[in-house]
Amino acid sequence: MLELIVISTINGVLFGMLLFLLSSGLTVIFSMMGVLNFAHASFYMLGAFFGFQLTRWIGFWPALVLAPLLVGAIGMAVERYGLRNTHKHGHVAELLLTFGLAFAIEEIVSMVWGKGPMDYRVPALLDFPAFTIFSTNYPAYKIFMLAVSVAIFVALLVTLKRTRVGLIVQAALTHPSMVAHLGHNVGRVFMLVFGVGAALAGVAGVIAGPALVTQSDMATLLGPILFVVVVFGGLGSLSGAFIASLFIGLVQTFAVALNGSLASAFGPLDPSFGPSVITDIWNVTISQIAPILPYVLLVLILIVRPMGLMGSRET
Amino acid sequence: MIDVTSSAPVATIEPKGQRLRFYGIWVIAAIALVVLPLVFSSGGSLTSFSLIGIAIIFALSYNILLGQTGLLSFGHAVHYGIGGFFAIHLMNAVAARGWPIPLPFVPLVGGIGGLLLAIVIGWVMTKRAGTVFAMISLGIGELVASSSLILRSVFGGESGITTDRTALPHVFGWSFGPQIQIYYLIAFWLMISAIAMYALTRTPLGRICNAVRDNPERVEFIGYDPHVVRYIAYGFAGFFAGVAGGLSAINFEIANSAYLGAAQSGIVLFATFIGGTAYFFGPILGAILVTYLQLGLTDVTTVWQLYFGIIFIGIVMFAPGGMAGILMMHRPLVRAGTLGMIIPSYLVALIPTLALACGVILVIETIARYTQGEGSGAIINLLGIPFNATSPLTWFAAAILTIGGFFVARLSWRRIAEAWDRATTVARDRGYLA
Repeated sequence: MLELIVISTINGVLFGMLLFLLSSGLTVIFSMMGVLNFAHASFYMLGAFFGFQLTRWIGFWPALVLAPLLVGAIGMAVERYGLRNTHKHGHVAELLLTFGLAFAIEEIVSMVWGKGPMDYRVPALLDFPAFTIFSTNYPAYKIFMLAVSVAIFVALLVTLKRTRVGLIVQAALTHPSMVAHLGHNVGRVFMLVFGVGAALAGVAGVIAGPALVTQSDMATLLGPILFVVVVFGGLGSLSGAFIASLFIGLVQTFAVALNGSLASAFGPLDPSFGPSVITDIWNVTISQIAPILPYVLLVLILIVRPMGLMGSRET
Repeated sequence: MIDVTSSAPVATIEPKGQRLRFYGIWVIAAIALVVLPLVFSSGGSLTSFSLIGIAIIFALSYNILLGQTGLLSFGHAVHYGIGGFFAIHLMNAVAARGWPIPLPFVPLVGGIGGLLLAIVIGWVMTKRAGTVFAMISLGIGELVASSSLILRSVFGGESGITTDRTALPHVFGWSFGPQIQIYYLIAFWLMISAIAMYALTRTPLGRICNAVRDNPERVEFIGYDPHVVRYIAYGFAGFFAGVAGGLSAINFEIANSAYLGAAQSGIVLFATFIGGTAYFFGPILGAILVTYLQLGLTDVTTVWQLYFGIIFIGIVMFAPGGMAGILMMHRPLVRAGTLGMIIPSYLVALIPTLALACGVILVIETIARYTQGEGSGAIINLLGIPFNATSPLTWFAAAILTIGGFFVARLSWRRIAEAWDRATTVARDRGYLA
């Protein structure tokens, strides 16, 4: 039991940090442009596939740098030629544009790489057990993932809070026209922030690709959870996104690891009505309901605290 | 904005002719629905018409949210799916217990199913509009869709639940086995639902929905609660989506979890938006086009969904009014008689734009054949011309058509814009354009 708790905690924090790599970009883009980027999970997927392809051609380490740059460039192009032109039609049009993009990117990826999972392997340098805990070998690659996520988190925080660039970005979030009057190119700031957000998603894709499955439906699987994280943490709140990412990461990891059900907990009280809704609920295991847990949390938070955990305004 | 008839200045001058024309459109639509299967009587076209009819009801119900109330939902298919499952379970119960409920009433029960779900989940969802509503609808859509896989006894797991529509009591000697009878059943419900949904847009409720879409704050000032208005609109949309789902269950004699899924929600969003949300007939156009493309393209190409995505992105970026919006833009020009001024530039633009489209199609198909290996064959048939996907000549042609077509087309689009300005100026002088 202790083994389960320790391993699941490490895995949960890891998944949570991965979610934060994605939700941080999403939430900064949201507070800046007021648009929730539906294609954000698609950038994550592009990162994984570019990482896979570049790893084949030039190796994992160059791919770790190049693939996010490529994804970032695509992100900037999307902002410059897509969102900026759509802005005049309102937020719903922008949301729909990113929705269409997410759809198109998934189709392009499955057209180019097919629908099956890719053979994206952990680099040989990191393919060893880092330590053994309760007779479980914990892979070094996962520690590496954790280290990269934490490093990016710290770098992001320092850039936003301690540098001049971060100052301008923060100012452009709340007072774009004032920043423009001071002589900064706000359009370019938006484009860069969008690009950086996309690149962060790309990094998440490159490092998550070998550990999770690199497949053309990975964006569809992760996208909704990402939105849950952002709404749960409070739209536009970076610290809220951080807490929500870790929380949802832990909840999902623990739920998958647990095998209990109502039937196993209250075995002697089995209602045994034959096949009905009640027996379905009675027999379902916690790991089976893991995929719907984030959505249950979403509904709960919307009822209890509609602005999200750390949201300053009512969402 | 929404209604086609009352915005016309002539409405005050000759209301009788106006009314005649208005009812005329509905009568013509009804006659067309009756006559269609007599003209195209093959089994394939009957199936297509049935699917299109269901898609139209579904898209119109979606437009109650998106077009009328300004609510962008990513989970509208949950009502469609629940309607389908209500219909399936009712049909099985009727067949097993011998209740005297004939098949034509089953879609009504589907609608009630959709309405009940909307009553349950709608209150939380409609608290906020805009982006937040969109996210919540996505989350709740996923919640319902994933729950349907857990509650196997109700939703039948991955294989779904089947039924036999001919086991219900017959009416007028119709067994509802043949597709033609199902077509007429769908046409009947299509007509009723379309009239009901159009009437809804003309009621005070429909008007206040538009007001909530445009300026919720002001609606609050005049004493309405936007939350309640959105909730009621959500209920109506859920009901009609349930009717569409019930018809779909009758048509296929099966309901499974795919009915509730995100893909189904995406298709209805595509159909409604491509058709145009600002006019009542927009979603009808969109549903016809999208269903037709869905049925037609799947035979021709393996990447048909990519074309959907590209069409959708193009509409969002360049014509947010959709097909209906583009059509209605020309209305004042037709009235003023200045349409002739822009037709030449349209014709000029047609050639490079078509070249661009062909180039893009060629690029996509070449990549698709290249990556999907030998299985799909190397010959691309475009406009009757065979292209070999492995020959550099095809790649060259694709590049020339795409890049050259783009630059020439852009020039011709500018000419359209200029001609458009001239035509609207004249129309404005003649008093047909505000």
